[in-house]
Amino acid sequence: MKLQEVKEILDAEIIVGKDLMNMEVRTAFGADLMSDVLAFAKPGSLLLTGLTNPQVIRTSDVLDIAAIILVRGKRPLSETIQLAEELRIPLLTTKFILFEAVGRLYAKGIRGCIEKVGDARDLS
Amino acid sequence: MHVTFHEKIIEHIYPVKGGFENAGRVSGQVKALLAKRNLPKDIIRRVAIVTLEAEMNICSYARRGTITVRVMPHFITIEAVDEGQGIKDIEQAMIEGYSTATDQIRSLGFGAGLGLSNIKKFSDTFRIISEVGKGTRLKMLIHIPKEFHPPKT
Repeated sequence: MKLQEVKEILDAEIIVGKDLMNMEVRTAFGADLMSDVLAFAKPGSLLLTGLTNPQVIRTSDVLDIAAIILVRGKRPLSETIQLAEELRIPLLTTKFILFEAVGRLYAKGIRGCIEKVGDARDLS
Repeated sequence: MHVTFHEKIIEHIYPVKGGFENAGRVSGQVKALLAKRNLPKDIIRRVAIVTLEAEMNICSYARRGTITVRVMPHFITIEAVDEGQGIKDIEQAMIEGYSTATDQIRSLGFGAGLGLSNIKKFSDTFRIISEVGKGTRLKMLIHIPKEFHPPKT
């Protein structure tokens, strides 16, 4: 699915990356714990989170996250926007709560980047 | 940043300041450094994850520290040394979920007591030494798969 479609499903506003909406995404991860994002999120996935600080962008950069969706109508800090622009990571915000946002994406075919935790070193 | 070139070893020493403003900066630089070399993506990812967690620890708990990354022909080491409060009970600190983080650290999405276990999980060997009131030293090693070893000369 194109990022543009994700934007439409979530009725989201693009904060950074208007020119990157053609990016293809298939998987996602949702969490507010950055250590869990580091442990489980996969490259090329969407990250849905309620955190708005620059560390979210840094964590996403380390993991090659495709795009970040802020949920619950969160607005990012200005440093966060600046860093996302610098690192070319699309940043969107939606008013849907995390549960609704992931449910809507799942219904349209986006899957979790892993289904269950288990293999601690699952880096596929 | 201080860089030393030996014949087959590249060593990068990154200073890390305490405080959150810059947390994550070093791991981004490390990732960019490794991306220039012929290394598998998952190895670069593991080094970057381990570095980010170690960096968050220094920023959260220490006045300052350094992160040293050495790229050897067959493995990569990441060493994080800080001048900080130290860890009283390492065994307890290694338990997933155990944390002494402040609300400020938690508000950034870190400090959930997962950092050290993530570091252990993503490195092949992990060593931790700490002295209360002085600081903590972490050393991690990640093997480079055989296919990516430099050719023997």
